[in-house]
Amino acid sequence: MAGAVDKKLLLRVAANARLNLTEAEIAKFLPQLQEILLAFSLLDALDVSNEKPSFQPLPLENVARKDAVEKCLSQEEALKNSRHKKDGYFMGPKVT
Amino acid sequence: MKKALGLNEFVKEVKRGNVSVVEHAEKILEEAEKSNPRLHCFNVVSRQIALEQAREIEAEIKTGRHKGRLLGVPISVKDCICVKGVESRAGSKILSGYVPLFDATVVEKARAEGAIIMGKTAQDEFGFGTFSNNVGIGFEKPCNPLDVKRSCGGSSGGSAGFTAFTTLAHASISESTGGSIACPASFCGVAGLTPTHGLVSRYGLIDYANSLDKIGSIGKTVEDAALLLEVISGYDARDSTSLQGSWEELSKPLASNDLKIGVVRDFFKGCDEAVQKECMNAVKRLEGKGAKVEEISLPLNAKYGIAAYYLASTTEASTNLARFCGMRYGLHEKLEGNFNEYFSNVRSKGFGEEAKRRILLGTFARMAGFRDAYYLKAMKVRTLLIKEFKQAFSGVDVLVNPTMPIVAPKFDEIEKLSPLEQYAMDLCTVPANLAGLPHASVPVGEHRNMPVGLMITADHLQEKKMIEAALAFEGACR
Repeated sequence: MAGAVDKKLLLRVAANARLNLTEAEIAKFLPQLQEILLAFSLLDALDVSNEKPSFQPLPLENVARKDAVEKCLSQEEALKNSRHKKDGYFMGPKVT
Repeated sequence: MKKALGLNEFVKEVKRGNVSVVEHAEKILEEAEKSNPRLHCFNVVSRQIALEQAREIEAEIKTGRHKGRLLGVPISVKDCICVKGVESRAGSKILSGYVPLFDATVVEKARAEGAIIMGKTAQDEFGFGTFSNNVGIGFEKPCNPLDVKRSCGGSSGGSAGFTAFTTLAHASISESTGGSIACPASFCGVAGLTPTHGLVSRYGLIDYANSLDKIGSIGKTVEDAALLLEVISGYDARDSTSLQGSWEELSKPLASNDLKIGVVRDFFKGCDEAVQKECMNAVKRLEGKGAKVEEISLPLNAKYGIAAYYLASTTEASTNLARFCGMRYGLHEKLEGNFNEYFSNVRSKGFGEEAKRRILLGTFARMAGFRDAYYLKAMKVRTLLIKEFKQAFSGVDVLVNPTMPIVAPKFDEIEKLSPLEQYAMDLCTVPANLAGLPHASVPVGEHRNMPVGLMITADHLQEKKMIEAALAFEGACR
């Protein structure tokens, strides 16, 4: 699997992550990621087919709070950290 | 450096009226501001807010109303933890200008006990580093106060650096994902405590990797760090992974004279000989005082820990960082192009090099076609690694190993390391972090005039044992 990352796949991953990579970044990241994934492919040797994944280090139970109205940010507060706002709303880029 | 008062002692003096909280706050703010152009331990020193708080506390003390456990104690906070009204950027340009409207639970808890929040400490961007060299675009790298050519360690570098530097009563709220409290504590010669995952609320933390992030404490001594950890721990309904139950009085561990110490042979192997020697000398000192010592082997953790950790943490980081897109807070650009173009533009300008590298690695590890082979595999390996730890704890109270394989390196030495070589430096710290186990780092010796830290790991929720052992090592190595 380690050799699977080439420039084409790296660009697909970057597009998925919403990152524009420069040619210099591609030239730097590609061999680094190949090296890292090659080193990590040592996990391939381990048979874990009978193990359950530990998405959390300790067992967790689902928790839900009471379905009651609680204090939350006002509209004005929620918008306070944004420069892109209009008429009490966030203003985003074009959708299409 | 002059010896600072311990926090418990300091609070007593404050309550007796022998120390002015305002004068002390002014002194430490000046110390932080004066040293910052040279050491860069702070991203923000919140002078005004700290002094307002100090004046309020002093007025309350005069009326005899305030009885807090951290009364008048200046506390610095790692940049990734939200402080109301103070720019909180997690060391990243992409959060430029973000001023939280609320305090993280840990900050709220510290304030409720009379702590004074003095500023935000420098770190690797989002915690992505071992040396605090991966700071965000436009940030300065914190320098080790013991030798400014050397790293403070990371990612809570500013927290450990300033704790080592200050001559005044102070402790720092820091955070560890893969060793980011233990490592800088080791490099700067201070005490760092990382709790069991879930013991301390993560509400208000700018996440790196949710299943790994733990807020903890750094202090000049184990007692100082334990007091702060005790204050900030406890159940919080606002964090769905917060553990229910009560772990009070962490700083007053049970008295015990028959500590069983497991020396993790596999983690010693990859360390500098001088570091190994200092750590073994510390173990021998405790053995001489009656502790029982045995060798423990954790071969799976030693071999697979780094790979499993980096796959897990970068995968989670890549989803966490997806929220930063230049619309609601942080870095903004001119609204141009469609949303994909706009988000990509902001993100490409706002994230530093290591953040991009980890986002790419994590996005790859969870993409369709690769998820099972990388992310899911790592999660299953994690199960094996936790089991190996649990087995080890059936026979011993704590496990010990060097915190870091080397003493604090010089910045020019770090520059020569590839990303993979830098990740490999986390050999001793990532396994306990991956397993969510509580661990401490305490200074036990020196090599080339730089401190050597010993890492003490306990089983889940055995913070008292961890602290008891840490106090014993600290006492034996002073």
